[in-house]
Amino acid sequence: MYDFSQLTQAIHLFLVQHLNSSSVAIVELVLVGLLFLTMYAILGLTLVYMERKVCAFIQNRLGPNRVGPLGLLQTVADLIKLLFKELLMVKKADKFLFNLAPFIVVIASMMTIGALPFAKGFQAIDLNIGLFYIISITSLGVLGILLAGWSSNSKYSLLGALRSGAQIISYELSVSLSLLSIIMFTGSMQLSVIVESQANGWWIFKGHIPVFISFLIFLIASTAETNRGPFDIAEAESELTAGFHTEYSGIKFAFFFLAEYMNMFLSAALAATVFLGGWMPFHVSGFEGLNQVMDFIPPIVWFFGKTFTLIYVIMLFKWTFPRLRVDQLLTLEWKYLLPINLVNTIVIAFVVVMGWYF
Amino acid sequence: MQSELLVLFFVLGLILSGGAIVFSYFIMPHSFNATKVEAYECGIPSKNNSWSQFNVGYYLFALIYLVFDVEIVFIFPWGEVLKEVGKPALVEILIFFFVLALGLAYAWKKKALKWE
Repeated sequence: MYDFSQLTQAIHLFLVQHLNSSSVAIVELVLVGLLFLTMYAILGLTLVYMERKVCAFIQNRLGPNRVGPLGLLQTVADLIKLLFKELLMVKKADKFLFNLAPFIVVIASMMTIGALPFAKGFQAIDLNIGLFYIISITSLGVLGILLAGWSSNSKYSLLGALRSGAQIISYELSVSLSLLSIIMFTGSMQLSVIVESQANGWWIFKGHIPVFISFLIFLIASTAETNRGPFDIAEAESELTAGFHTEYSGIKFAFFFLAEYMNMFLSAALAATVFLGGWMPFHVSGFEGLNQVMDFIPPIVWFFGKTFTLIYVIMLFKWTFPRLRVDQLLTLEWKYLLPINLVNTIVIAFVVVMGWYF
Repeated sequence: MQSELLVLFFVLGLILSGGAIVFSYFIMPHSFNATKVEAYECGIPSKNNSWSQFNVGYYLFALIYLVFDVEIVFIFPWGEVLKEVGKPALVEILIFFFVLALGLAYAWKKKALKWE
């Protein structure tokens, strides 16, 4: 039921009947490209709208409600406005690097979206090192941020970029180590295999307390890695204007903004895939009736439901906690999260070798 | 098909960002003003170059990060074969982590983890 590979097979067979082999490949690549480009744009716009509404909800305001029904077209209107804005560049800036930075950020976020399993058979790139690939490509994003800050030749940008660099590379360690716990359980880095392994229960339930600890660490560390508040010292408005993208205007600024939201989506989706079962429905062994009802809900609804719940939690972090100082931020990572994570990894390795999990 | 798709997603990112920037270039206003191309410093004319010295603390953290990042590259394949190898892998990772923890403890003792 609800298998996307049947749909892709049908499209493939239809194309094979009507076209020769080389044009089939091209048409399929174009279809995949259009699908993911549309999805990228829609997800980005949805997240910006959602952020504004959640912020308004917490601050007891209404949020956008004028453009379109319920203000749904507000972000589209803002995007069009940004397209019409002049692209400025500081006279003393490094011109090549200044223009290169938004490309790196967008490409890094785009390449990771393709590797996510959205539903059964709905995954563009299913590498056998999927999880490792995602970690490595997301860490390329920091290059874009550092280049943006450095090349702007502005004091605010440089400070923001350096802070952001120190923060992202620090928290990347915790992100990778907490994802390692699930790799030890499944014995595979392939995302589809990781999702399949959770058919009889999600890892957060199957792996006892150690996995729950690594889930919490992942949630904290990935919030910090995406530069979101309470860890947003990189673009602390009250002290650094806008951090590393102070000098960017128009659509280039929009790309930094978009990539930040897509990275937030990515980390929430990764947490949902690895710890909360991805598109797998909620199953309790022994309750066949409940399992039948849960199976009736399509996997894609499960995936986006889990992801957006986590995104909502990450947004609540931003709007409820005060911003951390840079020394508190680095203390939290190096003196708390990293040692806890190392010990937790050994505990999980022990659990896996002894076979003390369901 | 996998490697083509990797290239495809690279090209998609390129098309999305490049296309929008080129499109924006044609419809945006082009009005030159000397103050617009100054670095933003809250309205005061900017002094000196920003490419100057900065806090050495960032550099220290980058060095410690490098140690742990290389460690993670080593540890991922270990995590994948842990189930098959069993107890020997557990003993080996204990030794490995002991050495790593020594490194972290040394940095801690030397106050490299303290932000000043």
